[in-house]
Amino acid sequence: MSKKYDAGVKEYRDTYWTPEYVPLDTDLLACFKCTGQEGVPKEEVAAAVAAESSTGTWSTVWSELLTDLEFYKGRCYRIEDVPGDPEAFYAFIAYPLDLFEEGSITNVLTSLVGNVFGFKALRHLRLEDIRFPIAFIKTCGGPPNGIVVERDRLNKYGRPLLGCTIKPKLGLSGKNYGRVVYECLRGGLDLTKDDENINSQPFQRWRERFEFVAEAVKLAQRETGEVKGHYLNCTANTPEELYERAEFAKELDMPIIMHDYITGGFTANTGLANWCRKNGMLLHIHRAMHAVIDRHPKHGIHFRVLAKCLRLSGGDQLHTGTVVGKLEGDRQTTLGYIDNLRESFVPEDRSRGNFFDQDWGSMPGVFAVASGGIHVWHMPALLAIFGDDSCLQFGGGTHGHPWGSAAGAAANRVALEACVKARNAGREIEKESRDILMEAAKHSPELAIALETWKEIKFEFDTVDKLDVQG
Amino acid sequence: MPFQSTVSDYQTVATLETFGFLPPMTQEEIYDQIAYIIAQGWSPVIEHVHPSGCMQTYWSYWKLPFFGEKDLNLIVSELEACHRAYPDHHVRIIGYDAYTQSQGTAFVVFQGR
Repeated sequence: MSKKYDAGVKEYRDTYWTPEYVPLDTDLLACFKCTGQEGVPKEEVAAAVAAESSTGTWSTVWSELLTDLEFYKGRCYRIEDVPGDPEAFYAFIAYPLDLFEEGSITNVLTSLVGNVFGFKALRHLRLEDIRFPIAFIKTCGGPPNGIVVERDRLNKYGRPLLGCTIKPKLGLSGKNYGRVVYECLRGGLDLTKDDENINSQPFQRWRERFEFVAEAVKLAQRETGEVKGHYLNCTANTPEELYERAEFAKELDMPIIMHDYITGGFTANTGLANWCRKNGMLLHIHRAMHAVIDRHPKHGIHFRVLAKCLRLSGGDQLHTGTVVGKLEGDRQTTLGYIDNLRESFVPEDRSRGNFFDQDWGSMPGVFAVASGGIHVWHMPALLAIFGDDSCLQFGGGTHGHPWGSAAGAAANRVALEACVKARNAGREIEKESRDILMEAAKHSPELAIALETWKEIKFEFDTVDKLDVQG
Repeated sequence: MPFQSTVSDYQTVATLETFGFLPPMTQEEIYDQIAYIIAQGWSPVIEHVHPSGCMQTYWSYWKLPFFGEKDLNLIVSELEACHRAYPDHHVRIIGYDAYTQSQGTAFVVFQGR
């Protein structure tokens, strides 16, 4: 039906607050935690968020009558109180599928977390969760390989992968760096990792690093009889450089490369993931800058959204925090988003922070990477929290061993296998952690020394960003 | 005081992936692991290979995968039969998960020479 043009400013809620609306299966759904300016009604704030993140602008414009905005507009269809927080509320918004370019995470984020976050009527705004419709998921490439293929390539079954970051994180020459890689891998790690800061600095250009690391990986593989790898960080200043580094890793016959998906950006990441799929390369994903965006409980984007976006953009492993180590992360919340990395269907579960049912269809899964301030004493808890489809990375917990990185690696490998064996045999590994590790140390002097070295180290600070529950 | 080094030399060892860093399991411990495979709903599979081929993707099947087999004793006797037939081969057991088309677990039970 045609409408007349009526210039002026209308309240957002007249158009974008539609509590009677029943979301379609093809809608993209979002949950925002909103904190409005004083005196602005909730419905108006929520409607403004829906409008500014979809078709709306502050004034009525004549040109909107050239189309049917009823078809394209985002709608706020529900408002809920935030438990334990009288000033904030959740706004649930449904966006029609055609607002987004197929397969483009960049486009989804530009809309959903674009201008609206600077909107003056809001004091704070946080994107808590997105339900991606299966119709959109089917247009995304996703992980280049996924958990199953990665296990088959690396020949690792029935246990988490074991890795570590090479330290010191900056300042080693290529040859010295390769030496540390070799020590870790010959000691029993499956994978080692470039620190995210390592790109191509004056002390160690990328090509030099790649060559020495490749030699270390191949040597360790020959000597141990096990499949080894090192995440060669290809993150670079330009896409051209990024691809040049990836191509060289392939030339060296390396199994896995690495990218920093937030500082590098989603467009670069999706492109590299497509390259990996085409070239049979595994892709490890780092998340530098995430805490700037996801740590504040009232403003920004929750990490579960960034994790979902990565699964769609593409990556075979993603850092998720450790729960027990030196970095922020609540256990239930972490379980909620690692489900979204690995499972094919994740039901709504507020106790884990998941606001929607999420159907992933046939999208492959992503390994959850736990890294940061963890050591052998954490092993039972890490296995219990993260399960087998994870990669546990001990940096200081490997290189800090009194006998060096190879012995540190062996200590971690013994501890990991002892915990897996005990779990399979039906023991409660978290409760019996001490007994399990001490028994294993009888057969491993490396583990015995490691247990002695790190016995007092704990990181017991309260998490800043907690689930919203009535206190 | 005479010099005493507190650092030990770590020697590289050739290992066979999962459980390669643990001492050989007792019979009872092997039973526990097979019971776990069965309890997960996975199918037991027995494979063997001459040690010179241990890095191959494909090892030889012993017979066929034991699809849906729940009898712990039968699996143990098949493992032993495989070991008798190929005493110089590595013999491993796999918990095969048809849903994911992956191996829920896999480890070497008998090491060949």
